[in-house]
Amino acid sequence: MNEISQLLFQAVMAASFLALIFYGVFFVKQKEGLRTIARRTLFATGLLQTLYILLRYLQAGNTPITSQHETIVFFAWSVTWAYLSFRWRYTVKNFGTFISLLLFILLLIAAGASRTINPLMPALQSWWLPVHAGIAVISYGFLALGFCGGIMYLLQERELKSKRFGYFFTRLPSLDSLDQLNSHCLAIGFVLLTLGIITGSIWARQAWGTYWHWDPKETWSLITWFLYAAQIHQRFSAGWRGKRAAIMAVIGFASVLFTLWGVTYLLGGVHSYAQ
Amino acid sequence: MPSDMILLLGVNHKTTPLAVREQLAVNNGYEAPLQALRTIAGCKEWYLLSTCNRVEIVVVASANAHVEEDIARLLFGSSVAPEHYQNYLYTYRNKEAVHHLFMVATSLDSMIVGEAQILGQLKEAYRYAAELKCTGPVLNKLLHKSFSAAKRVRSETQIGASAVSISYAAVELAKKIFGNLEDKNVLLIGAGEMAELAAEHLVSQGVRKVVVANRTLARAVDLAKRFNGSAVSLDELFSQLEQADIVISSTGAPNVILHKNDVKPIMRARRNEPIFFIDIAVPRDLDPELNDLDNVYLYDIDDLHNVVEINKAERDKEAIKARRIVDEEALKFQNWLESLAVVPTIAALRKKADTICRIELERTLCRLQHLTVDEQKSIEKMAHAISSKMLHDPVSFLKAESCKEQNEIKVEMIRAAFGLVDKD
Repeated sequence: MNEISQLLFQAVMAASFLALIFYGVFFVKQKEGLRTIARRTLFATGLLQTLYILLRYLQAGNTPITSQHETIVFFAWSVTWAYLSFRWRYTVKNFGTFISLLLFILLLIAAGASRTINPLMPALQSWWLPVHAGIAVISYGFLALGFCGGIMYLLQERELKSKRFGYFFTRLPSLDSLDQLNSHCLAIGFVLLTLGIITGSIWARQAWGTYWHWDPKETWSLITWFLYAAQIHQRFSAGWRGKRAAIMAVIGFASVLFTLWGVTYLLGGVHSYAQ
Repeated sequence: MPSDMILLLGVNHKTTPLAVREQLAVNNGYEAPLQALRTIAGCKEWYLLSTCNRVEIVVVASANAHVEEDIARLLFGSSVAPEHYQNYLYTYRNKEAVHHLFMVATSLDSMIVGEAQILGQLKEAYRYAAELKCTGPVLNKLLHKSFSAAKRVRSETQIGASAVSISYAAVELAKKIFGNLEDKNVLLIGAGEMAELAAEHLVSQGVRKVVVANRTLARAVDLAKRFNGSAVSLDELFSQLEQADIVISSTGAPNVILHKNDVKPIMRARRNEPIFFIDIAVPRDLDPELNDLDNVYLYDIDDLHNVVEINKAERDKEAIKARRIVDEEALKFQNWLESLAVVPTIAALRKKADTICRIELERTLCRLQHLTVDEQKSIEKMAHAISSKMLHDPVSFLKAESCKEQNEIKVEMIRAAFGLVDKD
């Protein structure tokens, strides 16, 4: 079982690398045929990731979202499927290139983390684990898409403002479509993030007796939540769009990453898995 | 086939002024001129292309037929005296005709190199000619090859990718900002000719509404009517800016008419909806610092010129690649055409051999009644094998790629040596 699992993870890495290469070449050459291949490869890596997570579930006996490695794989899985679900509804030119890059970086980090399966602490043995952690990490997936959209927006906006049209101008989509992408990702990601925090709080009440006890991860989740809430509020009340929204998407995602990693390594707390 | 030629006659925007092109006799639809070409003796296949920039006729005719003058007369009608035909008309034969047609199909000969319309026009012209049964094997092949040459140029080069006029550049930039222009409003400040041209391009992209603001309202009303829009006076400028998405300014004002501080509150009122300012006035109408505001994009005439220049340089590079593709395709077609020259001779050669085989077999087999069916078959097989082995060398001599130019001599030699009589 363990060997199959290792093999499957290597297959995920290989497929993601191929997707990155195909999307990269497509980005340079802009040939339609390449995009189809790249898209299929990305779909294949999405399927492989799902299989890997399922296998890991069978091995561990609980939802594989407790160690660093598992969490990042789950994060990568969310990014992939969030992108594919978007792709299914509408296309944003060359978005896949940026997503596949992010995906590959995430998987590289996952590959570096320890893959041993640790027995679950008694406190975590609950069906709240998949609900709370799953929803939270899926929300990160959508927020990651918003981050990529934000980066693309900033690149394209710079070309248009500076009036020197470089490499990205023809390859990136219109500002409007990127801004829309940003607002969609923000809406879905924010709702899921809220749900993640609420479910976590209910679980905390059951496990430890209080809804909230200022564990560093909780605090940082709340900071992230406020960052995104502020962005949504400003978009609807003051019409924050375009560049500011893009910058906010980048800042918000930085906060997501810190919540995910920084807290675990720097601040500790009940959310620090893998003792 | 060796005695046929491909002849292309035409006039285009480079050789012939519009005033003359307008008078041409072939401007009213395809059917009449195509039927008229049928009456010219010596034309075997023909086709006609007529667009606002060019009229071209391609015919396949016997090499010794003198069809040129008849075609020219048909083309010009009574609008030009025959002695002036040469001032406007260009004539290409065979190789050059094929090359020219490919240049046209790939839009390398167009007024705006890289435009996509010409291929559609060419296909339409071909459809008319094919429906009226004017085309034959040579033109069918030629036109299909010209379509595929055009497709190759589209897919292998970036020739049609960039905008090479100010108005197109403005549209391209607008698309990069707004994506879809269909629900956008255009505001023209000043009613100059340049603004009109730019607005025309935007309207052709399907913008929702055009508003014209001008110092003299009468002129604004005139221009607005052209675009089914509305006219306002310059005093309403600020309130109009709250609704406009694309603003084209071209007033003759000596000073800047719109400052950064004027636009700031407007952006608040617009809830930061992006706005695209195009300043084509000299001296400039709009404060260059507008560009520093978030979600405001300002391009003046120099910026647009720069975009066009970058695109032109890019396109010229691509045009070199495209020309190479045209050369290649023309050469391929030429090879096909030349190989066609030997086809009837090869067929005649085979036919003659077959006839001899048949006659001799009949004669021999009559006398050999005692043979079984299988034995008879073997003898038939042998006879055919001998004849086809005999033919193998002369046929490959005819087909040989190496000395294509001498096809006619080769054909005559073989015909004389094997005693093949000319059909015509």
